[in-house]
Amino acid sequence: MTARPLSRTAATGRAVLLGALGIILLGVIWEAYKAAGPAAGFEVAGFQLLPRTTDVAMPHLWEMIERAFAPVNSSATSQPVWLAVALGCLSSLGTAALGLLVGTVVGVALALLMLRFRTAEHAVLPWLILSQTVPLIALAPLIVSWGGRIHIGDLSWERWMSVAVIASYLSFFPIAIGALRGFQSPQVAHTELMHSYAAGWWKTLVYLRLPASVPFLIPAVRLGAASAIIGTVVAEVSTGAKGGIGRLIIEYAQSGSSDPAKAYSPIAGAVLMGLAAAGIVALIALTLGRYRRNEVTS
Amino acid sequence: MTITDAVPTVAAVEVAGVSRVFPGRGKKAGVTALDDVSLTIAAGEFVSLIGPSGCGKSTLLRLIADLDSATSGAVSVFGKTARQARIDQDYGIVFQSAGLLPWRSVTANIELPLALHGVAKADRSARVSELIELVGLSEFASSYPEQLSGGMQQRVAIARALAERPSLLLMDEPFGALDEMTRERMQAELVRICAETGAAVVFVTHSIPEAVFLSDRVVVMSPRPGRIREIVDINLGESRGEMLREESAFFAGVTAVREALHGAPPVGTGARGVDLR
Repeated sequence: MTARPLSRTAATGRAVLLGALGIILLGVIWEAYKAAGPAAGFEVAGFQLLPRTTDVAMPHLWEMIERAFAPVNSSATSQPVWLAVALGCLSSLGTAALGLLVGTVVGVALALLMLRFRTAEHAVLPWLILSQTVPLIALAPLIVSWGGRIHIGDLSWERWMSVAVIASYLSFFPIAIGALRGFQSPQVAHTELMHSYAAGWWKTLVYLRLPASVPFLIPAVRLGAASAIIGTVVAEVSTGAKGGIGRLIIEYAQSGSSDPAKAYSPIAGAVLMGLAAAGIVALIALTLGRYRRNEVTS
Repeated sequence: MTITDAVPTVAAVEVAGVSRVFPGRGKKAGVTALDDVSLTIAAGEFVSLIGPSGCGKSTLLRLIADLDSATSGAVSVFGKTARQARIDQDYGIVFQSAGLLPWRSVTANIELPLALHGVAKADRSARVSELIELVGLSEFASSYPEQLSGGMQQRVAIARALAERPSLLLMDEPFGALDEMTRERMQAELVRICAETGAAVVFVTHSIPEAVFLSDRVVVMSPRPGRIREIVDINLGESRGEMLREESAFFAGVTAVREALHGAPPVGTGARGVDLR
């Protein structure tokens, strides 16, 4: 019993170490190629196989970092880049969180529907799978234009709402599948026990299926969170919604040739945002410890 | 909590001409798990069902528990249909696997049926502490199932089955997965618990000594199709201690059940105390 938490800590420590080593290795490869590679890159029969190593194509790592702490532009009131990126990330994270929330509600509701009615599982599941094959880029303008027609009283549809809808569209799928697997996970002995207690569908759900689904729901939500982040960034890029990190990625990339190091800050920001989202889900999962005793099954 | 055996004339279980045929799939023929089985179990009586695999003993138990329904014939529990008895929670059930919910502590697991049926919190915790005492797990009240041995888990399952003071306890090979020593200790405890609660018990087992040690009557079944071959009366008295396992009356019971299981007696005097029905 005592050996398990110890070895788990050791495993976590090793994972962190390997992760850090990976990042450092990536930086070393970047700088090594920049130092050793040909300035014009490497071409075979007119095809660019390896990138140019000029400062425009591959700025030094320290230039990127230096640029992150410099102001966004030459105006006196300009924020430093890192702050603009952080605010953009926060905005996108909020949108993604809303999308994930909607996606979780929709996903769990669909899973309950499929659990309750076997025919629904056969009818709905193919559509769920099909829904994920629609390219996000194709969907984004549609949702924006549909949203543009919604006027409920004073509430008018805004771009970021479309972004949240797109994020939820991506995140509900893994959650619906994970929740359904979780709801169906109790052993026959357990469902028969509930039957012997004359517990109805609803009580069986609350006392048995819901707690049993936690080990399946946590990885599903983790996957859903990652999808929501990707959906948010891509939707921000394709709808041009302001305030988010997606917009900054586009904006800063446009200053590419004159200010090449600037474009890397929002990319790093997006990566950190994804890590933060995964961290938040992991923290929520920690509070559900006693329901995760048999997570090995997932 | 009502006392269901207020009317002593009503049998705990009445099985009349019950058959259960599992239909075959495609070309496979159906399986007759039970064929015209009749059995009456009195209130407070301990009856074991024994027989080789496929004799339908578990099926019979599942029919009584209304976890399955008979193809023909009638099963009644305390004069009601099995379904009504299940809805009225007239029985408690223990399976071969303890089937505890891993996210609930020992206390919460025993509490489960009470919580499901809306028993008030104060009454619940009073009853649970009584039951934990009864099965001797007071020290482990707040432990989780994974921290318990197989025998302890099964004791929790028994306590859970007794939570609503049922007048009938259905047990499907509850000690099947335990080692021999734990098993004998659990049997002795079950005898004590049954004496304290006065519940009728239907006990499915593979083990002849277990059936003899525990039962008032042992129902010996034969497979394909599942039928009752013989019902052996065991009269070992009320106080069954560990010494009983070394008494001649116990061995006589074991012999009787074994001979009933294997058909004709191999040699000797034949089965004593065997009730041929």
